Amino acid sequence: MGRFLRPSALDDALRALAAGRWTVLAGGTDHYPARVVEQPDEDVLDITRIAGLGGVVDAGDHWRIGALATWSEIAAAMPHPIFRGLQLAAREVGGAQIQNRATIAGNLCNASPAADGVPPLMTLDAQVELASAAGLRCLPLDRFIRGNRQTDRRGDELVTAIRVPKPGQDARSTFLKLGARRYLVISIVMVAGVIEIEPRGRIAAARIAVGACSAVARRLVGLEADLTGRMVDATSARLVSPAHLDGLAPIDDARGSAAYRREASLVLVRRCVAELADAAQERAA
Amino acid sequence: MSAVTVRCRINHDDVEVTVAPTRRLSDVLRMELGLTGTKIGCDAGDCGACTVLIDGRQCCACLVAAAQVQGASVVTVEGLHNGAAVTVLGELQRSFARHGAAQCGICTPGMLMAASELIARNARPSEAEVMDALGGVLCRCTGYRKIVEAVLDLGSVAVPIAPAAGAAVGARLVRTDAAAKLTGQERFGADQAPADALWLRAVRSPHARARFTIGSLDALHRSFPGLVRVFTASDVPGANRFGIYPTLKDQPVFAEGCARFRGEAIAALVGDRATILALGDRELPIAWEPLPFLAGIDAALSPGADAVHAGVPDNVLVRGRVVSGDVDQALAAAPVVVEGSWSTSFVEHAYIEPEAGYARRVGDRVEVFTCTQTPYMARDEIAAILGILPGAVRIVPSAVGGGFGGKLDLSIQPLLAVATWHLNRPVRGVYHRPESMASTTKRHPAVMRARLGADADGRLVGFEFTGDFNTGAYASWGPTVASRVPIHAHGPYHVPNARCLTRAIYTNDVPAGAFRGFGVPQAAIAHEALMDDAADKLGLDPLEFRRLNALRAGQRTTCGQLLEHSAGLGECLDRLRPRWRALRAEADTINRANDGSRRRGVGIGCMWYGIGNTSLANPSTMRVTLGRDGRVTLYNGAVDIGQGSYTIMAQICADALGVPVSSIDQVTGDTDLTEDAGKTSASRQTFVSGRAAALAGEDLRRQILRLANAGPRAQLVLEGPVVSVTDGGGVRRIELARLAADEQGNVLVGHGTFDPPTRPLDADGQGVPYATYGFAAQIAAVEVDVELGTVKPLCIVAAHDVGRAVNPTLVEGQIHGGIAQGIGLALMEEYLPGKTENLHDYLIPTFGDVPAIEVILVEDPEPLGPYGAKGIGEPALIPTAPAILGAIRHATGARIVQLPALPHRVLAAIQAVSRRPQ
Repeated sequence: MGRFLRPSALDDALRALAAGRWTVLAGGTDHYPARVVEQPDEDVLDITRIAGLGGVVDAGDHWRIGALATWSEIAAAMPHPIFRGLQLAAREVGGAQIQNRATIAGNLCNASPAADGVPPLMTLDAQVELASAAGLRCLPLDRFIRGNRQTDRRGDELVTAIRVPKPGQDARSTFLKLGARRYLVISIVMVAGVIEIEPRGRIAAARIAVGACSAVARRLVGLEADLTGRMVDATSARLVSPAHLDGLAPIDDARGSAAYRREASLVLVRRCVAELADAAQERAA
Repeated sequence: MSAVTVRCRINHDDVEVTVAPTRRLSDVLRMELGLTGTKIGCDAGDCGACTVLIDGRQCCACLVAAAQVQGASVVTVEGLHNGAAVTVLGELQRSFARHGAAQCGICTPGMLMAASELIARNARPSEAEVMDALGGVLCRCTGYRKIVEAVLDLGSVAVPIAPAAGAAVGARLVRTDAAAKLTGQERFGADQAPADALWLRAVRSPHARARFTIGSLDALHRSFPGLVRVFTASDVPGANRFGIYPTLKDQPVFAEGCARFRGEAIAALVGDRATILALGDRELPIAWEPLPFLAGIDAALSPGADAVHAGVPDNVLVRGRVVSGDVDQALAAAPVVVEGSWSTSFVEHAYIEPEAGYARRVGDRVEVFTCTQTPYMARDEIAAILGILPGAVRIVPSAVGGGFGGKLDLSIQPLLAVATWHLNRPVRGVYHRPESMASTTKRHPAVMRARLGADADGRLVGFEFTGDFNTGAYASWGPTVASRVPIHAHGPYHVPNARCLTRAIYTNDVPAGAFRGFGVPQAAIAHEALMDDAADKLGLDPLEFRRLNALRAGQRTTCGQLLEHSAGLGECLDRLRPRWRALRAEADTINRANDGSRRRGVGIGCMWYGIGNTSLANPSTMRVTLGRDGRVTLYNGAVDIGQGSYTIMAQICADALGVPVSSIDQVTGDTDLTEDAGKTSASRQTFVSGRAAALAGEDLRRQILRLANAGPRAQLVLEGPVVSVTDGGGVRRIELARLAADEQGNVLVGHGTFDPPTRPLDADGQGVPYATYGFAAQIAAVEVDVELGTVKPLCIVAAHDVGRAVNPTLVEGQIHGGIAQGIGLALMEEYLPGKTENLHDYLIPTFGDVPAIEVILVEDPEPLGPYGAKGIGEPALIPTAPAILGAIRHATGARIVQLPALPHRVLAAIQAVSRRPQ
């Protein structure tokens, strides 16, 4: 007979996690779809009543997005234009019903290769804050998600926040999603990008990530290096070459072939860089 | 899990309910609180049917733990008309009714709740805002456009339409069942059952083909005391066989030792609900021995392939054939010959209501309350399965949450009937979404080859077609597809020489059955692609080439049938021509101005479709009574699956009788109470049952006029127990209380039966397969992203010859919904057994995928039809995919030969064009 716990204090949750194996429940938008055919007998820890796990706060050198921040909240308001890509992704996570319930931490913990939140958060250099009775630790997102449906979270830990460092420069971001229909669609490919621009138009930093083309979304570090230090202009997208995508490992599935994903990701990465360059130039103008 | 007490506000009342804390809110609302207006379509957040407001925000109630609404405020559709915002929300429901935004009604509560969240914060939303807010709710009937219109039209003042006597046909009457669908009061298959009903769930094969043995159940019963009984094949009292055709009943209720497809039922568990839902397949003593299986047509036809059924060694279930003239000679002599081959996929009906119902034994009879498109056939089939007479079975159709052909075959009904027969207790059940998708019928995948020849002037001289259709593990409607396709395979054109051959092939795939068009939508993809190819070669405009060859009254079909009336394709094309020219010109201008990654294209598709069964009797009977109290009651067995037959029949009968439609009461679709009005399929209800309703109304009118000794033009006025008959200057009053009444209190009864006149087809398919045909042409404008292969429909213009639009709003609703399904067929829908058994891997169009639709109604009257009307349900879908594929080709030159045109296939086709030497 499964147990159910809905604590209001984080410590109570962490104590429970330290003492046993719990399925963590928040927005329920990945939990229930996995239980349509059969319902496992499990102990469920509902964290939605825990105080202090929501909202976005300015923590000096970084922003702290609470684990329970929903996609609707993220879409509605964020403190800096660097979050535009994340906000665009927020509007693509299911429909409005899902966005009203689904949490940012749930999206990461579910660790789907097609999670819409992952590429934008990777381009934000997001860190995942994990709490346990033993204390806090922070992991870069690409080390937190270890594979298809695998994370580094230990059974006694709870994701409590996502930390996003503040950019040193003016920054622009975007997110492009490719699916076979308009709403409620699992991505075939998605691309997120951030560029930080020096006042005179030089790219101080570029971060580009591709989702749904490998078990875990991947940053294109070669492309990022090639973009960094260049002046942003209308030709920026021409820098993107197929070799920049060599690290991707797309698969064939019902949504598209591997070869198609490779081609489409190249197109989307080019469009992403072009869009970022446009946004940067608009800023200059 | 120990229960918790949840205290919250539901629909503005304080509620306390004690339940397992992780039970889905949707389940608690429905099963504990009786709020069945919240519908369950998937339990996975994919369809939005269960959308409710929690603290003012729309949420899928299937994704919320009951304990999570502790202290919250929940509003369901039942709360829309007793809350603080009563005027606004009443207005929303009225706008839905006025615009025909609810068809079957299963998604309607979810749509209303999503819309009410939007308008609470934004009373005047834009179209884009409406789409974003409602985009999480799927609808399979309406094509979404009328829902968008309804939300945008909020606040406009509209006078309710109440046609006078004789003016109902042609009026945009609000559907008679609108209020029930808009308030959550409508009862679908899962919404009603006796309180003491046991719960049933099927046990299904996880393998496409496998032998199995079921071990001793003693241990299972000891571990699960709530399990009452496990039923298997040996428990079927009559024939463990069902199927559409009397001689082809090849599908067992429970497989006998060997399953032939993934998802086939092998047993059913019956007991208390908690036990049955908790009892997973892994607990069951079943030993599976998976066997090699035949997936797809090629495997089934390969030399040495196993036989799916012992009596059919070559796996060819049935062949279809229409031959006229000498096609070989005609094609050999034709100056222009084009050819091609195409393949299509399994397509899932994806009605939002999964199969559901309950059965109970009443003495030596069985009653089944269930969602079905065919109560009378279901009655006869269940009787055979139980080994009792048809009269001992009563089918009470629930409201049907979408059918499209998928609820013609038996599904859950025989399981419920067998269980209740043995247990003598009510038994209910509901399929979950993956079960519904894995176990029920699909559209047939087709592999087609075709050749078309034209003379130098552009007149068609010959057409040759071969098509193989994957009918899966059981016959279902495979023979219908095989016989209907060759009649229609060359399209709605005059073709003097033709040879059209089809086969339905058994495989170990899911059974393919009836799906809106019976194979004709697949064939239309082939003939319309060839029409574009031929127009190209001839240097003719695609529309004008079709106009030149359009079948018209006075010509013969390839079956040798002389079309005498109501062949309005030419008028459809004439009405489309201005839009065609404008859209083509606009696309060319935009493409010239834009050398970028996006290109526009405009395509056209034409179709014809025989209304009713193919050369088979398919009569409908209607009865209309005049009670001693003056009430007129139409006994209407034409099951309304959302298309509106309960409204249409009332409109027709009212005009035939000569009274306002508001004075017609109805008893609908109950095999004990209504006459057999056949199946809701083959686009036949308006034409066939509608004619029967007209005849019944006329019969009752004649009897009244005879009593009054009045002439045929007399006017009737119903005034309670008195009928006034005005003829010329005189008025006769008939006091109904003075007339003899039957047991039901009826003083007069009008009957009407209509069976459309057809003639059998000979070995070459010559004869009269249908009494009348629908005709249509549609234009699609699309934008293709040539770098990604994505296709965005921009608008559809649809011209349909419907004979007479009995209710233009409902006709438009059918056209919109058919177009949405056509878009799905063209661009995204591909059912892969074992891979896309849910509504997030299997994609149907959403709000954002259906563009603006312009409907042009052509009324070339059919003398046999009621007031000239013929069918629209299937014709609505057929031209859409060809028009979209033509538009892709116009935009890019790419020929799509494998459907759906998913982005990776479109991109490959575009690249194939650029590689081809110019």
